[in-house]
Amino acid sequence: MKQLMLGNEAVARGLYEAGCAFVSSYPGTPSTEITEAIAKYPEVYAEWAPNEKVAMEAAFGASLAGRRSFCGMKHVGLNVAADPLFTLSYTGVNAGMVIGVADDAGMHSSQNEQDSRHYARAAKVPMLEPSDSAEALAMTKLAYELSEKFDTPVLVKMCTRVSHSQSVVETGERVEHLKEYQKDIAKYVMMPGNAKRRHPVVEARTRALVEYAESCEINVVEEGEDKSVGFITSSTSYQYIKEVMGDKHPVMKLGLIWPMPEEKIRNFAASVEKLVIVEELDGFIQSHCRDLGIQCVGKEVFSCIDELSQNKVAAQLGKDVVSGTKLEENIPPRPPVMCAGCPHRGLFYTLKKNKLTVLGDIGCYTLGAVAPLAAVDSVICMGASVSGIHGFCKSQNGAADNKTVAVIGDSTFMHSGITGLVNMAYNESNATVIIVDNSITGMTGHQQNPTTGFNLKGDPCAKIDLETLCRAVGIKRVRVVDPYDLKQCDEAIKEELAAEEPSVIISRRPCALLKYVKHKAPLTVDQDKCVGCKACMKIGCPAISMVDGKAKVDATQCVGCGVCQQLCKLGALKEV
Amino acid sequence: METKNVMIVGVGGQGSLLASKLLGRLLLGKGYDIKVSEVHGMSQRGGSVVTYVRFGDKVYSPVIDKGQADFIVSFELLEAARWTEFLKPGGKLIANTQRIDPMPVIIGAAEYPEDLAKKMLDAGIDLDAMDALSLAQEAGSSKAVNLVLMGRLSKYFDIPQEEWMAAIEASVPPKFLEMNKKAFALGANA
Repeated sequence: MKQLMLGNEAVARGLYEAGCAFVSSYPGTPSTEITEAIAKYPEVYAEWAPNEKVAMEAAFGASLAGRRSFCGMKHVGLNVAADPLFTLSYTGVNAGMVIGVADDAGMHSSQNEQDSRHYARAAKVPMLEPSDSAEALAMTKLAYELSEKFDTPVLVKMCTRVSHSQSVVETGERVEHLKEYQKDIAKYVMMPGNAKRRHPVVEARTRALVEYAESCEINVVEEGEDKSVGFITSSTSYQYIKEVMGDKHPVMKLGLIWPMPEEKIRNFAASVEKLVIVEELDGFIQSHCRDLGIQCVGKEVFSCIDELSQNKVAAQLGKDVVSGTKLEENIPPRPPVMCAGCPHRGLFYTLKKNKLTVLGDIGCYTLGAVAPLAAVDSVICMGASVSGIHGFCKSQNGAADNKTVAVIGDSTFMHSGITGLVNMAYNESNATVIIVDNSITGMTGHQQNPTTGFNLKGDPCAKIDLETLCRAVGIKRVRVVDPYDLKQCDEAIKEELAAEEPSVIISRRPCALLKYVKHKAPLTVDQDKCVGCKACMKIGCPAISMVDGKAKVDATQCVGCGVCQQLCKLGALKEV
Repeated sequence: METKNVMIVGVGGQGSLLASKLLGRLLLGKGYDIKVSEVHGMSQRGGSVVTYVRFGDKVYSPVIDKGQADFIVSFELLEAARWTEFLKPGGKLIANTQRIDPMPVIIGAAEYPEDLAKKMLDAGIDLDAMDALSLAQEAGSSKAVNLVLMGRLSKYFDIPQEEWMAAIEASVPPKFLEMNKKAFALGANA
């Protein structure tokens, strides 16, 4: 049956049809929907792991036991899982194992723009790169065949435009693939003696995969009459070049992006007068062509910064690009903001008021860096707030202890904040960590995590108790505050900063967008009392604006959280 | 058929994903090749959001670039003004006149431009502006702005009403079906 599917849903369908039995992932835009979609198939066990390293190792365990397995993550998640990846390349698999990784060219929702294709080359693991949903489904199934045939984990590389575009797919039936577990110490125990014998196996496998790349169906040459120029491309860049050039010139589309063919590329290059490589981010295909001694143009014209698009490709190829009418007007930008009623707002207001240095982390609360709160000093990667504050405070010999905090979300703390906290306890920091616990993984669209008490499928499950966990690693001062209560937040932060030992403050209130959260009636402004002092504007709530010199509350957005009321000395903000 | 391009723009949280889902359903039923490109993640949090819907005999790129949109459906007036460059010559801009201040305006770092609708018309943009919020409220919920705007878009599409209705039925929960159908009809007849 033909249907529209997101690229991510198509990967999930491919997993289902390929008989994948075990999925473990950590959410991350733009990869999240793969795992959300597979959770709807009852035949497949699927879970959220606390981080990508755990997910990949769990998927390996399932493969070792004889079940086709999968783990999904965003590009930066693959950094976290890089450790098992490089050695799984040596062990290979029992049942097929596929790793989904989604890059975010253009950084729609990411902290960097890394090109994950380098991992395939560095770890010597094959990587497939679909260019639409139909290919995402087909290549996911193919990935399992390759995994078992070549005894290797296989990467399926998505990107924002493939993951989050719906296109037409035809679905098939599920076929089960079960293997027996067999003990094989030489293959699976990677101590030096065994690993030394596995490395040549890896190199031989890559040579065999290059052979496969020469003739496989997913490395396609589409003929074109005009051979004055030919293009080598992959993924969404293929769509842009076809959009711009149609069928005029020969196009080679690489579905297997690592390893790449050699003879096939040499022959293609020889068949055209000029070879142009069209690829997003780094010159990965181009480097390969250069290694083969083939002259080509690529990154000289197509930037390694930001996404490509049909107009960018057209302009670089000398085609006319006609824009519509641009309004001669200063259009203010509309950056993302914390939602009305967001529990993070009250906390960040308190941090700003106390003029604290804030080491931030990855999640919705990264938006605490946006004006007018502008209360975050650094954001690097998941967990870096807790590890970072230890170094920050230790290196200042106590001078920073009472004016610096780390802020990390519940899910991010589970992901990689715990080890940083262990380091603080063990090496005797005197720093203060605030866990903003909104009872969900917010930014990626409300995924459960080990602190919520529910699993991926929405069923009740074990719940990690944050207070007990923090005390267990050796933090004696652990307290909980309600971020809607500004006075309580202020007192707690002042007291914990003053304490002569490390502290954890858990700022706890569920995300205002969660369905079970009951909203209060929107507030209104007493026009007689409001003097337009803008005290309520300091919290950057999107529901409050100034109209004709008085505050105005947008009733469609306000959830009655009451944080603004606490800032109004005149009592002008009222419940109806 | 040459590829047709519809952009749906607005503010994160306004419900543009339902509009694109509805269009996707409708057009798949017509046998077209389709691509619908969405925005998830951080930019959804009250930021400027855009969804691309493309359909025709064969659709390659999942996105719409400047100068290519046959229609832009905007959920908010400032967002309509932001994306005019994406209209192709002869393209139509359907805009809800609702104003939602972005954070730079809220904190006084920028001004919300005055008379945007008039300025767009003066610039020669084919603008169909409407108060979709009031019509949505009349239908029963301010959240039905998306269906009001889809109703308006349907006026420019040569697709029978019953096919639109079937797509709506397949896209919204039964509980809200009547309200959404009413919103659609109000948009189509406004």
